[in-house]
Formats: sequence, C-alpha cells, structure tokens
Amino acid sequence: MDKLTDLSLTAARRHLAAGDFTAVELTEAHLAAIQETAGLNAYITVTADAALAMAAAADQREAAGNAPAMNGLPIGVKDLFCTNGVATTAASHILDGFVPTYESTVSQQLWDHGAVMLGKTNLDEFAMGSSNLSSYYGAVENPWRRTDKPEEKLVPGGSSGGSAAAVAAGSAMASIGTDTGGSVRQPAALNGVVGLKPTYGRCSRWGIIAFASSLDQAGPITQTVADAALMLGCMAGHDAKDSTSAAQPVPDFSAALSGDIRGLKIGIPTEYRVAGLSAEVEKLWNTGIDWLTSAGAEVVDISLPLTSYALPTYYIIAPAEASSNLARYDGVRYGLRVDGDSLEEMYENTRAAGFGDEVQRRILVGTYVLSAGYYDAYYRKAQRVRQLIRNDFIDAFKGVDAILTPTTPSAAFGIDSPPLDPVEMYLLDIFTVTLNLAGLPGISVPAGLSQHGLPLGLQVIGRPWDEATVLRVGEVLETAAGFSHRAGQRAGGKR
Amino acid sequence: MSLDKATVSHIAKLARIKLADDRQDVLADELNSILGWVEQLSAVDTGDTPPLANVTGHDLPEREDVVNDGDIAARVLANAPDPIDAFFAVPKVIE
Repeated sequence: MDKLTDLSLTAARRHLAAGDFTAVELTEAHLAAIQETAGLNAYITVTADAALAMAAAADQREAAGNAPAMNGLPIGVKDLFCTNGVATTAASHILDGFVPTYESTVSQQLWDHGAVMLGKTNLDEFAMGSSNLSSYYGAVENPWRRTDKPEEKLVPGGSSGGSAAAVAAGSAMASIGTDTGGSVRQPAALNGVVGLKPTYGRCSRWGIIAFASSLDQAGPITQTVADAALMLGCMAGHDAKDSTSAAQPVPDFSAALSGDIRGLKIGIPTEYRVAGLSAEVEKLWNTGIDWLTSAGAEVVDISLPLTSYALPTYYIIAPAEASSNLARYDGVRYGLRVDGDSLEEMYENTRAAGFGDEVQRRILVGTYVLSAGYYDAYYRKAQRVRQLIRNDFIDAFKGVDAILTPTTPSAAFGIDSPPLDPVEMYLLDIFTVTLNLAGLPGISVPAGLSQHGLPLGLQVIGRPWDEATVLRVGEVLETAAGFSHRAGQRAGGKR
Repeated sequence: MSLDKATVSHIAKLARIKLADDRQDVLADELNSILGWVEQLSAVDTGDTPPLANVTGHDLPEREDVVNDGDIAARVLANAPDPIDAFFAVPKVIE
C-alpha cells in the first residue's frame, strides 16, 4: 500500500471500508504533512482539532455500516468558502476577524458526504489573480522546482493556488477551489494535479465570497480524474439559496468513466495556436491529440473565431461585477474598520487599507466601465461579445463532442520574477477564460513535464451539463499520459 | 482615449477608496494600459447581438414572498466592528 498521504480518494475509501486504517489515522497523516510542508504557505488556517473530531465521527459511521461517499477523506477548502465558526479571509486584510455564522452549500454537502476539513487554503486576494502573489497572507510556493534552477521558488498559479499546492504537496487528499477565469484549472495544471470547473449552475454559489457572480463556479482539485468524478457528485445539485443554481439531475459521474471514447469527435480549435504558446506546450497538445486518436476518437479541426477577444471581454465583465460585489466591504458589518472623521471617510479609509493593489485596480476598472457615459461602450459591448463567444462554442459543439486544448500557455514562473505588466499576467488565463464566459465545463489533466521538469496540463471542454464526457475523455488522457511524477517538495519527499 | 489623474480621482471617489496622490499617477498609467488593451473589443462587429448576462439557460426563479427566518440579530451582528445594542454603529451622519 502507498503511504497514507499518497493515496487517491477512491483508493483511501476502499481501505477505510476494509478497515486497513482509520479516518483518524488518515487525517493525522495529513495534519503531519501540513506541518512538514508549512513553508509552502498553502494554508491560511489549519483546523486540526475539528478535523480530528470529524474523522472520529467518520470512523463511527464506518463502524456502523453507514459510510457516505466521501466518509473520512480529509480535504482542504479554499478560504473563499464561508465555513461556520472558522475564520474566512478571502486572503484579504479587509476581512480581518471575520468568522461566518453559516456554512457554504458546497462545503456543507461535502461534510454531509462524510469528508473531513483540514483547513482553509491560501488564494489570491478575493480570487483575483493567476499567481497567488496577491494574497494578504503571503505568496504560496509551488511544491515543484525547475531541474535547471532547483533553488528558485515558483508560483503555484492562482487563484486557487493554496488548494492546488496542498494536493500536489500531499498535505490534502483533495481540495475545493473556485474558478472565475481559470482559477481551478490553471493552478491544477501548474501543480501537476487534476482540476475541474463544472458547468455554470452545477454547484451552488451560496456561501462563496463573490468575485464575479456570472462567472464564479466551485470545482474540485484532486490527484486523479476518478477522484474529481467522486467529488463533483458530492458537490453538485440544485440549491434554492442560489437562483443561478440549476434544477438539473446529477448523474453518476464515476459511472461515466468507461475508458471508451471510440467514435467521439474531439475538436481542436485553430485559434488556440496563439503567439505566446511555448513550443513544448504545443508539442504536448499534439501528443494529446495522438493519445485520443489512438483510443479511437476522431479529431476534427474547429474554429472559435472570437478567441482572441475572450480575455479583454473578461477584463471588463469580471471587474464590473467585482466592483459591485465588493461594495459591501465598508467597515460597517464585518471585518476591518479604519476610523475617519465622517462616515464617508471611514468607508474610504477602510477600503484603502483593506484592499490590496490588484483588488483596488479591478474595482477602479469596474467602476469606470459601469460609470455614466461608459456603460454602453465597455460593459454592454463586452456582454455582446460574450454572447458571440458563446455562440462560437454552440456552433462548434454541433460537430464535436468535446474540445482539447492546453490548459496554460507555459509552465509556472518564479515567485521573484512575475510578469510586471498586469496585462501580461492576465494572459496566463487565455485558454481557460473562454469556458467561464460561455458557462461550459472543463477539466485540466496533468499530461507531461516541461523541459525543466515542471508539470503541464491539457484541458478538455464539454457541452453544458456534460461533465460526464469531460471526465471520460480526461481519464483517457490520464491513462495515456501515465503521469506518475511527484513534486520535489512533497511531504515525505519524492516517491 | 486616456484617463487623467482627475478622472482616476473621480473613480476612486465613486468606489469609496482613498488614494494617496502618488498612487493616482501610478494607477492612471496602469488603468490606461488595461483600458487600452480592452479597447480592441470595439473592432468586433456585434450588430444586434443581445448582451449576455445569464448563461444558465433558465430564467431566474423568484422565491415565495414569505418570512422564512428571523430572530437572529446576534448572528447578524456577530462580526460587526462596532455594534451597539442591536445596531451597527457608524460615525455620526447628521449634525
């Protein structure tokens, strides 16, 4: 048997059911891994006592023969999900001291399915970023290092950087993140783990601190595709508390993993061969096409003509929605308050001290594009282009069952050498952001290593509500890739 | 088009964020870089395409207009920086 911190969720469930070890032992092993890898800064809050209590309760359920699907499996929770009685920060100074008195629907469903919370994982402030560098609680270190510069610390991607780094480091069996423009899939790719963004509306947004409400969606970050299928089944479903959550039946995602993709049509979008796509990523993409062809799928070239406009569209819509959502942080009802001589000045002082640079930048962009005289030129225009981007996908899916692309244009960069220009940083999400605009499901699967030994991912995109096909194709890629590499800074050392 | 410092100051006022004078210059440059980049959308012919705000494919439902919770003042106030009795307190607004 593998070490406890090297097991997948599905393998650990079998062992727990067989009585090979207890949920308390499994949780203790992960709490020890959190301590061992504390230098990565993947967690903002560790809830060790609560985790052990949840694990003990899971062992009782196991003994009583009524273990739900994720009974006893310890996971990390992005610190954007409100957790009852546990500090929730959004990695922002402005939420200092905030302890929710309620639990997000998605995390509650995971606890109802028996999962154990290890703690709250680090992120970019309010999930705004692609590097985890904007966290008030400090950067997260990617547990991977370049083979040619083993001393250089790398970013884990973002915004769910702590969630992805924890899974790659063995300090969580899996985790939940949120994906507004790629924030689950991009860090998953850069950490060599699996990240799934469900269809918009598949998982309830209730209790998740809002960034851009028409784009935000929760998703699992796991070690295997089968684990992602297991977790999604526990997270998904209609919730009356989120009016955008869909009354769609939740299929048995695990049952969809047949390994059989014969006859499936897989689209390859020409426009994704963009400038900035590194040669090794393009090569990996071609390898992925070969894997799917060998498995019996038919590969079809498709066109998504509006692709290059997706990021500028996103960088109008997301800041606009953020400027509205973040208006609530004003020092009155929760979090930080910085006094002023008047109510107005108290608001301004609080928000100046409480929000970091990137969040302020996006609030200001959002305020501008929604302001009188600019609303039509920017915001309304972006919403029209968004419709056209969605139409591109609807047209493409008339001829294909799924789409294969790289997840990111390149591998992780150094913590001390990030892109200096905000726009250059935004380009990291070029392949992921289109799905959020169109509301589509997608998965990133680790598929290979860069020439410098860093993980790279491939992304599978599906029709709305067709996570089953996304997972099935994702598992075929996973099997073909046989990605068994482990991060050098993983708990217990490299396997 | 280009944002000047006065416009940045005006937006910051609308957004209720106090900006130091030197930050306004830096932000004017950064916002101009971002807005210059998103400007490329004007090249897209959107014709009479309707704006897309809802990708769910369903109309957003309204819930029953009923009271379904209450008596949770303590929970509502639990995180207030400066609660007084059952109220959120703020600096005096009326002289």
